[in-house]
Amino acid sequence: MAIDTNKCVGCADCVVACQTENNVPHGFSRDWIVENVAGTYPNLNMNFRSERCNHCDNAPCVRCCPTGASHIAEGGIVLVTHDDCIGCSACIESCPYDARYVHPDGYVDKCTFCIQRIDKGQNPACVDVCPTHCLHFGDLDNPNSEVSLALKNRKWYVLAPEAGTKPQLYFLT
Amino acid sequence: MKEELIVSGRNIPGIDPYLNMWHWQIALYLFLGGLAAGVIFFAAYFVVRGKEKEMPAAVKWASIIAPAALVIGLGALFWDLNHKLYFWKLYTTIRFTSPMSWGAWTLMLITPLSMVWVASYMKEMFPKWDWKLGFLNSFEKWVIKNRIPFAWIMMILSIILGVYTGILLSAFNARPLWNTSILGPLFLVSGFSTGLAATMWISRDEHERKVLSRLDLIFIAVELFLIIHLFMGFMAGTAVKLEAFKLFLGGPFTVSFWVFVVLLGLILPGILEILELSGYRVPRWVPAFLILFGGLMFRFVMVEAGQITRFLY
Repeated sequence: MAIDTNKCVGCADCVVACQTENNVPHGFSRDWIVENVAGTYPNLNMNFRSERCNHCDNAPCVRCCPTGASHIAEGGIVLVTHDDCIGCSACIESCPYDARYVHPDGYVDKCTFCIQRIDKGQNPACVDVCPTHCLHFGDLDNPNSEVSLALKNRKWYVLAPEAGTKPQLYFLT
Repeated sequence: MKEELIVSGRNIPGIDPYLNMWHWQIALYLFLGGLAAGVIFFAAYFVVRGKEKEMPAAVKWASIIAPAALVIGLGALFWDLNHKLYFWKLYTTIRFTSPMSWGAWTLMLITPLSMVWVASYMKEMFPKWDWKLGFLNSFEKWVIKNRIPFAWIMMILSIILGVYTGILLSAFNARPLWNTSILGPLFLVSGFSTGLAATMWISRDEHERKVLSRLDLIFIAVELFLIIHLFMGFMAGTAVKLEAFKLFLGGPFTVSFWVFVVLLGLILPGILEILELSGYRVPRWVPAFLILFGGLMFRFVMVEAGQITRFLY
């Protein structure tokens, strides 16, 4: 997924869409907005980021999971099998993005890129609902997908690459 | 002044404003696991060295601590699970990349074996003890006959258990304070030191306590050496390591670490043991208690502080 930080206005529609689509319990969220203001007054620069699980290529949560509940599904999406999860929190401790939480029912929960929608050929709920079209979702292995083209033509960065997890959320600048 | 301000509306319990998922249960377990590893290792070590008669407390009496500590520790771990009824899923798979999987299987082996170890000494500790059932008596005879290989297995398992208590934390690269390879040996040495302290406390034999005291002094010295290296590593580290180090140098964990762990938990009992060995009378529970207290504090500090350190924001 690629997030256009120039277009994001921080409206949190993606957060609400996710909570509705995935029945996220009250007080929890699988995605969230980060507002970043930097510079020396009066020359300040503000930008917004819609953040979620980075679906890392080298996912530490999958490595640390003692039961194999956390796994990388076909296509690269990191998922948790709820009935295999013992709620030990090892994956939460291992995530540099703090993208996971313990669901009130006991298992660990996180962004799935709305796998139930992707299976039907749709986009994740956050992508479809975004009023500024700042979220781009697609297959990075396909050079002509929307997200591959965005990464080809724009400057981008990833969060905490030094953590060595090969994150797959790209922030366009 | 150049500044960067980061704001987020996210406020998930246990995750924000900083990670706080693991609490006293984990710290207590890490302490008890290390303690049990230490007790078991030295019980087995003195058997292998043929010093069963010379070290009765280490081999027999103190080994009762191990299964008790492991059972309480396992209880604490179970308490900490959020999806408790699914705990058995740990034993449906072996995941070599997950330290927790290693630990779960090690505990599965060492807990019953430590009970067998104590059971095989019951008749020596309580001469009137009778197992009542015939097959238990013949099993006991078989264990006693194979004591040396049994002791070797216990030594190896106890080292895995001791190292694992540290690696459990150091495998999390997202938490810079934990993510250092020295944590495994450090927790092992600290666990062995607490095991020796508990044995020392129990021992009634002057000679045995001197041997244990001398051994413990070595472990205290090695632990101090490893702590110095831990912080040297942080000081020469990347930005996130320096942030982690700051928690201990002026940050909120300065006093709890340097006073309670290093001064009261290592240096003071070390001095008391040196005094005792050179002939002064020191109440034997004092250094033992201080070492156990320091070991527990060390794990609490590491578990709490580690979760604060991070890469982002």
